[in-house]
Amino acid sequence: MFTINLHDVINMQYTSGFPKGIMFIHTNLVNNAANITSYMNFDLCGSYVHTCQKIEQRQRRQRMFTKVLVANRGEIAVRIMRTCKSLGISTIGVYSEADAEAPHVKMADEAYLIGGPRVAESYVNIDKILEVARLSKVEAIHPGYGLLSENAEFARRCEQEGLIFIGPSSEVISRMGSKIESRKTMEEIGVPVVPGITYPLVDAEEAVQVADRIGYPVMLKASAGGGGIGMQIVRSADEIRKAFGGNQKRATDFFGDGAMYVEKYVDNPRHIEIQILADGFGNTVYLWERECSVQRRHQKVVEEAPSSFLDEVTRIKMGEASVKAAKSIGYRNAGTIEFLVDADKNFYFLEMNTRLQVEHPVTEEITGLDLVAEQLRIAAGDSLNIIQSDVKLDGHAIEVRIYAEDPKTFFPSPGTITKLVLPEGPGIRHELAVSDKSIVTPFYDPMIAKLVIKGKDRNEAINRLQFALAHYQVQGIKTNIPLLQEVAAHSAFRSGDTTTNFVEKYLSRINGQ
Amino acid sequence: MSQVLAIMAGSVWKILVQVGDQVDAGQDVVILESMKMEIPIAVDFPGTVKEVKVSEGDFVNEGDVMVEFE
Repeated sequence: MFTINLHDVINMQYTSGFPKGIMFIHTNLVNNAANITSYMNFDLCGSYVHTCQKIEQRQRRQRMFTKVLVANRGEIAVRIMRTCKSLGISTIGVYSEADAEAPHVKMADEAYLIGGPRVAESYVNIDKILEVARLSKVEAIHPGYGLLSENAEFARRCEQEGLIFIGPSSEVISRMGSKIESRKTMEEIGVPVVPGITYPLVDAEEAVQVADRIGYPVMLKASAGGGGIGMQIVRSADEIRKAFGGNQKRATDFFGDGAMYVEKYVDNPRHIEIQILADGFGNTVYLWERECSVQRRHQKVVEEAPSSFLDEVTRIKMGEASVKAAKSIGYRNAGTIEFLVDADKNFYFLEMNTRLQVEHPVTEEITGLDLVAEQLRIAAGDSLNIIQSDVKLDGHAIEVRIYAEDPKTFFPSPGTITKLVLPEGPGIRHELAVSDKSIVTPFYDPMIAKLVIKGKDRNEAINRLQFALAHYQVQGIKTNIPLLQEVAAHSAFRSGDTTTNFVEKYLSRINGQ
Repeated sequence: MSQVLAIMAGSVWKILVQVGDQVDAGQDVVILESMKMEIPIAVDFPGTVKEVKVSEGDFVNEGDVMVEFE
């Protein structure tokens, strides 16, 4: 096994000031002279200014890890390592052959090559990752999002080996990981769910029977599905017959589980989710909502907090329902409950994500919390140091996901980034792990960066978003920045008319299949 | 001679035609997989498949010829 010791030193300089209550952190890498060339790329990417919540120096740190393995790549691995470093925790990285030059490898105190470029060979190779964990003697593993983050088997193996999996128990992951199981659970607790069935369908004909009963359009869904895979809106019996086999096959290919079910499709819904934090002592709080209605291919593109649609009463109702759900399943660590909200503000449970979400920074911006730090503390056995009435809701935050893809067809656009210029200014935070000369490979998710904007209110946040997007330059590959600019400039976005069909409804796109 | 090219770098997930098949304009012939997305590649002309130059699982670069037609 190839091992590299990098001994990065991260200098964190703090300047208080703008915006109110928020500190700027300038991250500068001090290069190891022996590795100066390989560091240059990262320096470009690491020298950005990002606004972040103040790093709490807790006086009574009873228990905290000294070494954590980050079983992920890309921006989220870098983001987790940043908090680890601020808490004085050593970081162990893992990487594939395609990622030898990746920023997360350079940021880690030690990084281990674990296999080939395909995720099955490396980032989801449980045996390899556990071998690195043993070898490097870490106490805990942070799975990030995607990859192994919701893999109950991985969490179980960690538990068996005496390693702390930073997340809920394997039992909770597996219960919430099945769309059918999680629906049943929510129904039992009294959290509203979309009309549909809670048992796997035998075949397309049974799907037709159910759909006839609950009414078209319906959503055909894979129980184990995610990211829009194995999921399709169908509007007639014929369409079900056409769509069933293909989606089931895909679900089997992707998730090893072809269980399908069907539920009522809520027309023109909003996607609104509640962030919760729960410690191991029964304390659970909700950190308000995020609205993630602007999507393409069922994948989120723009996320914001708070939602401009929710009123105070609905916000509290959804928050309390989420806390109740989390408590009743014995949830521990950070988690998110996703809801569909219809035009009359009825909300329906969609799924629970038992991990940190891509869009967690918008919650950090409005609450002033560092969610990764909270996760680490909870996993280390600490109790929450906030109660519900302490949770702030300050200003408005918007995150946009920058994807390496054609902005019109949504086709992926891997390649080499020849130029990268990041906008700077008040309320602008960057989360990314690419730089000039970075190669964006076809092996991983197309999201290359996140742009997080904070303003005193939604209008200011949108203004700042427009400014930032206008000055965001990525050359060499195609990105969805033109699409994001269209969204930000659209009067319907400004007025908060954001439903999940926003892109189809308001933007002239070529149907990307 | 008409060809179907890879519109992006990725791997060949599925090949939907064989040598000798008649295809219509708009018919999918190959499904590429890149960045966790499957992209069906259709022909924009009718024709007969002369040669399939890739196999399922192959890695292709943008512009690589995948299928040739008479």
